Amino acid sequence: MDMLHALIGRMSLDYLPHEPATIGAAIGMPLGLLVVLGLVTYFKKWRYLWNFVTSLDAKKIGIMYIVVAIIMLVRGLSDALMIRAQTAVSVGGHSGPFSTDTFQQVFTAHGTIMIFFVAMGLMFGLINVALPLMLGVRDVAFPWLNSVSFWLFAAGMILCNFSLIFGGFSNGGWLGYPPLTELQYNPGPGVDYWIWSLQIAGVGSLLSGINFFVTIIKCRAPGMTLMKMPIFAWSVLVTTTLLMMAFPILTATLTMLALDRTMGMHFFTSDLGGNPMMYINLIWAWGHPEVYILVMPAFGIFSDVVSTFSRKKIFGYPTMVAALTAIMFFSFIVWQHHFFTMGAGGDVNAFFGIMTAVIAIPTGVKIFNWLFTMYRGRIHFGAAMWWFMAFVFTFTLGGVTGVLMSIPALDFQVHNTLFLVAHFHNVIIGGVVFGFFSGVTYWWPKIFGFKLHEGLGKLSAVLWQLGFLLAFMPLYALGLMGAVRRIDHYTDPSWTPFFIVSAVGVGLICLGVATMILMLFVSLKKRNELLDTTGDPWDGRTLEWATTSPAPEYNFAVLPTVHDRDEWWYRKQHGIKASDDGEIKDITVPKNSALGIYIAVTGGLFSFGVIWHIWWLVAVSFVATVVLIITRVMDDNTERTITADELRQEANV
Amino acid sequence: MHSSHKRGIMRIMKRGVGVGIGVIIAVILIVGSWLLVRNVHFDVLSPSGEIADQQRNLLIFTLCLSALVVIPVYTMLGMFAWRYSEKNPRSAKTYRPDWHKNTILEIFWWGIPIAMIGILSVVTWQTSHALDPYKRLASDQKTVNVQVIALQWKWLFIYPDYGIATVNQLPVPEKAPIHFNITADAPMSAFWIPALGSQIYAMNGMDSQLNLKANHPGNFGGYSTNINGEGYADMKFTVHAMTKEDFASWTKKAAKSPKTFGMAEFHKLAKPGLEHSEQTYKLGDKKLYSEVLDTMMGMGGMDMSGGKM
Repeated sequence: MDMLHALIGRMSLDYLPHEPATIGAAIGMPLGLLVVLGLVTYFKKWRYLWNFVTSLDAKKIGIMYIVVAIIMLVRGLSDALMIRAQTAVSVGGHSGPFSTDTFQQVFTAHGTIMIFFVAMGLMFGLINVALPLMLGVRDVAFPWLNSVSFWLFAAGMILCNFSLIFGGFSNGGWLGYPPLTELQYNPGPGVDYWIWSLQIAGVGSLLSGINFFVTIIKCRAPGMTLMKMPIFAWSVLVTTTLLMMAFPILTATLTMLALDRTMGMHFFTSDLGGNPMMYINLIWAWGHPEVYILVMPAFGIFSDVVSTFSRKKIFGYPTMVAALTAIMFFSFIVWQHHFFTMGAGGDVNAFFGIMTAVIAIPTGVKIFNWLFTMYRGRIHFGAAMWWFMAFVFTFTLGGVTGVLMSIPALDFQVHNTLFLVAHFHNVIIGGVVFGFFSGVTYWWPKIFGFKLHEGLGKLSAVLWQLGFLLAFMPLYALGLMGAVRRIDHYTDPSWTPFFIVSAVGVGLICLGVATMILMLFVSLKKRNELLDTTGDPWDGRTLEWATTSPAPEYNFAVLPTVHDRDEWWYRKQHGIKASDDGEIKDITVPKNSALGIYIAVTGGLFSFGVIWHIWWLVAVSFVATVVLIITRVMDDNTERTITADELRQEANV
Repeated sequence: MHSSHKRGIMRIMKRGVGVGIGVIIAVILIVGSWLLVRNVHFDVLSPSGEIADQQRNLLIFTLCLSALVVIPVYTMLGMFAWRYSEKNPRSAKTYRPDWHKNTILEIFWWGIPIAMIGILSVVTWQTSHALDPYKRLASDQKTVNVQVIALQWKWLFIYPDYGIATVNQLPVPEKAPIHFNITADAPMSAFWIPALGSQIYAMNGMDSQLNLKANHPGNFGGYSTNINGEGYADMKFTVHAMTKEDFASWTKKAAKSPKTFGMAEFHKLAKPGLEHSEQTYKLGDKKLYSEVLDTMMGMGGMDMSGGKM
């Protein structure tokens, strides 16, 4: 028995799923994976796939991020559907289709997956795709690190989803407040899955942040001063700054919680000197900047989209930059507004409340600037622009409820109710999600060489907008009736119609996502009609549109010399050609490397070992990770050359 | 000539259909919302407590203030989208691709939100102190002291001045200030009576405070707003606000309850589990609350009394 315990830790058959919903998922997920692998084998695409996944080309890494994010969006959405299906029926004596424990795991997974694997995934995907191109360079500063980041992100995602098959997930909410998530109340592996999938994905995010930050600071096309960068690049600069400052806090906090759980320490326990309130402070010191980390790139995308589609320069560029920087600064001194109800007293609460409201100033200014970018333009309402319209409409509303809750005395009446749930979905869906969908629509032709079907894109935007209103307006109302968040059943039958409408809204959002998936297939089928032959399908303004679609691996044969903020627009106006940038010379690009995948595997096994207390696995995988990193460091042969002749040949084709 | 005329009609028809669908959706949403909210009670919007009243007024004030920004934004969004759409022939005449700065306009819309947030900051500062949960309420009536212990998953209320303990029910006199001391012997919970106002966390080894007042007799729902395990959704209690006389007779009767509540009963009650019924006890151990608090305090907890950290 002891031998077995040493070998497999605390694993046992008891941890297999018991309920129909989880059994279904546990069988469905591996089955889906097998089908995909089968198809790859059938079409003999293994070599192609391997070359793709080991590529260090930022655009391919970006595509992988986006693919993972879309799959996770479907997962997160099914969670949402389960949550609202439950509350639509679980009134009075009816218990609803899911047990309380399952319900609690589902909303924890919903939050965790949507933030970490959908929003972060889309963000890193779009940054990877667009940033080097719009900076007029060939790649990010550290291409290999970029691949490691992605694969750590993927490992976290796999770990998080694997919990469905074996062991279960945390039931402590997406931020897992102790002492509920401490051993005393939660001894099982669920919380550990949650900790380690975030931990491993979080390290990936931190590395990405460093990578993009250095890329912007050190690798811009000649002539591109910071104040000539597109707004999206600025938004990435401030976001990565936040990211580098905030994510270490997450890593440290989760490490302390993990030490409590696995090593018997007492950082956040309720006894022996532990202080759960410290955890709540720390997690929000990361968590609040995190929401700005997500929304600022979306602001950047909208700035570029609205300027391109209005065919005008962005209004008030210096103000936009100032606003972004101001938001970056203030987002670090508002975290306490997540727990005004802890009882810190009037002075502290008022300070954080006012700081929170102050963020509305630069945000409001940005909205006015976008509106006045439209003013006296000639606006082409492509699907990307429809997302922008939905964004301004929705996000403004979210801003209002945000300002409401920034007043501590008001927050005391809506905190942790469904009003709060409606508020943060209002800003995250309205801001982050709509922003990234706009970005995907906008940059799609640059990634794949053909546009997405515009009609289906617009239909999807309409379905999302309506679905959002139906899903979340009733939650605002429920909050004001006294309905708290995270309840799996309730007694007041007058709440039921609101929950039903909300469930219908989630259904509409699902239709919106189905429309998107349909849009992908239709666009793929009609790609010859939607082909982007010019490389500049939207009459663009910034450098990503100066190269062909899809962009070549090296982005630009010769790096462009920058004259203006809207460099590509300037070139079109002044007739400047790529040949004016100089002679084509030999260039180097990074070779493929599978080490990122291996590191993610060993990192994932390390986490798995800790979760299940399999200590030999922890030791072995730790050593393996270090060895793999050293292997890469010792490798001097990491680049290959593309000669000037090859570049010229390709340019002529 | 003929075909372009036809195209024009088609375009107008298409737009008409679009507008029509929009109007129909809007009507459905408005009528539907009205049908939904018609017979529903909004605890927060039509409250029964002095604190909650002020919070409702604050909510309405802030919403009106926000409208000063929201209405112009929505108006401009709609107007600009229509007026400067490439499909609007007038947009070609007004198109100015290089117009990208106007200092006066920018000062104007830095100014509007700054002014608005300025006003709001003053309001925030004042209400944060005026409605501080720790602030005692002024009244000519005697304050009722209640000690609250959040358990997995029930609420224990102790009336030290009357020698009563109750579970999941909170009888209080109308119009009298109620002073709560709140702690938990369980994962963090939050104590909230929406009809009376202001919630506050119930934490292990911490003593948080809250002051409320009921305007009139009635039964009001109380909840935990913070997830604390399996029975979270069932962790509810009822406030029974009653006249002064009714409360006096209740306290007399309750203090003579046949069942006594001491440390032994507490340990039994503190075990995780649901408790759907409301119970009343004679308080056997007057120091129960501070003893529960001290089990954690002695091991490094914090005194939150008076809001000082």
